[in-house]
Amino acid sequence: MSKKVQAIYLWWHKPVIDQELLQSLPNLKVIANSGVGMDHLDLKLVASFGVKMANAPHAVSSSTADTGMALLLASARRLVEGYQIAISSDMEYCEADFLGVEVTGATLGIIGMGSIGYKIALRAKAFEMNILYHNRTRRKEQEEQAVGATYCEKIDNLLQQADFVMVVVSLTPQTHKLIGKREMELMKPTATLINISRGAVIDQEALVTALQTGVIRAAALDVTYPEPLPRDHTLLKLKNVIITPHLGIKTDKATYMITEEATENILAALNGLPIPSEVLPS
Amino acid sequence: MWYHKPDINEELLQSLPNLKIVASSGVGIDHLDLNLLSSYGVKLSNTPFVVSTDTADLGLALMLASSRRLVEGYQMAVSPKTEYFPADWLGAELSGATLGIVGMGTIGYKVAERAKAFEMKILYHNRNQRKKEEESAVGAIYCKKIDDLLHQSDFVLLSVNLTPQTHKLIGKRELELMKPTATLINISRGLVVDQDALVEALHKKVIKAAALDVTYPEPLPRDHPLLKLKNVIITPHIGSATKKTRRLMMENMTESIQAGLTGLPIPNEVS
Repeated sequence: MSKKVQAIYLWWHKPVIDQELLQSLPNLKVIANSGVGMDHLDLKLVASFGVKMANAPHAVSSSTADTGMALLLASARRLVEGYQIAISSDMEYCEADFLGVEVTGATLGIIGMGSIGYKIALRAKAFEMNILYHNRTRRKEQEEQAVGATYCEKIDNLLQQADFVMVVVSLTPQTHKLIGKREMELMKPTATLINISRGAVIDQEALVTALQTGVIRAAALDVTYPEPLPRDHTLLKLKNVIITPHLGIKTDKATYMITEEATENILAALNGLPIPSEVLPS
Repeated sequence: MWYHKPDINEELLQSLPNLKIVASSGVGIDHLDLNLLSSYGVKLSNTPFVVSTDTADLGLALMLASSRRLVEGYQMAVSPKTEYFPADWLGAELSGATLGIVGMGTIGYKVAERAKAFEMKILYHNRNQRKKEEESAVGAIYCKKIDDLLHQSDFVLLSVNLTPQTHKLIGKRELELMKPTATLINISRGLVVDQDALVEALHKKVIKAAALDVTYPEPLPRDHPLLKLKNVIITPHIGSATKKTRRLMMENMTESIQAGLTGLPIPNEVS
């Protein structure tokens, strides 16, 4: 059976690709990932077995951008808390002083302006948000103008001005704990941190402290490290935190499109053709 | 006047002979008897425009939260029983879906502007058709008959004001015209929807889900079925509940009151 396997379609990091597995599948030609993140794979190890790799970058962008906006709005307007009050058994009247923060006209700082970050900018512009972004490289002028985004070469400038900081980078050794104690202290005390990238991009312990001491106002996280968090983790108990179960691409449409993209990659690899979304070990 | 308090009735008006003006917070005036006030020579003002963007933002917040099952997801993420996140747990994609806006006033139009950025297809139903330039700017298509909008929409958002004509505008018939995969979003007034019909429609899966910032009454009785349905998100009428907007509302109300007391033209007067 193991000699017949030529392709693996990885769904939510399963199966685990390690030395043992690769050795047991001599005819494996390609591993196609569902989704865009490749941080769970040892790219050099896979390449050393002569196996090609591909991800699915296009299918994920709209649904992940939507998730980012959903979290931003839910946090700003305290939607989860509001729901809990609305259905609670001891609600007698609507509190007049239950207030959130404005989204329209606020400043959004996007860290990581790839496909997903850019789609977030397109959406945020419709909310008349003032958009700042930080990226390894600056985008073209027309792209910036189309969304009214201002480049911040130094991440500090973005952190100091933003009402909402949205983290949309891929996880690499350079972005590991990109947002730590120092970065959070640069943020406004009224600011909200939103993470739709990978849990390890944020220093989670520092985040807990920052939220408990009012260094930042709130956080909304679709990703954590690990997933799920241990059931006694402090993040699960904080009122000013919304956590969602990595639902970034979990829609019927996106999962269908991801599978289509992965299939194209697999067929190309098996037919010796150029792979549309090949990922090379850097 | 905040959240409909105090109750403006005959008794109160008789007891306040020198009352000149009632300044009501927010845009809705369905809780006030305009003829009664006028008969006592008391002027009325509201705060119409300052609430628009926050209310539109909340409309989008509810649409996104409902389609992506945000509240359910949160509950799963924090529940003591959760061991892993199931791979087959899915929501519905908002981007590219069809939004039907019932009531394209200031708030409805701002909802359209926001929805356009999500590449949504936008239909709208209104007493009057909007100007062509306004329609093109948001890519909105007019549905003279509400039925056409209900048939085609993945999301139906209500942003009308409450009048005798819009009372129970969405009832059993309208809900049955909607797709079984559709979601109803209400940011207008609870009474625009026939609540009992809504409960039934949700139970029988005539529609998929609902997200309501407004109900009738507010709050609902604690044993109301809407509070228990998994496919319903309710928020406690927070459409305009941000610090900045509440401050602006107060400023508007103060201006109106001062004008009313000094006999000057009243900003935001309702006649």
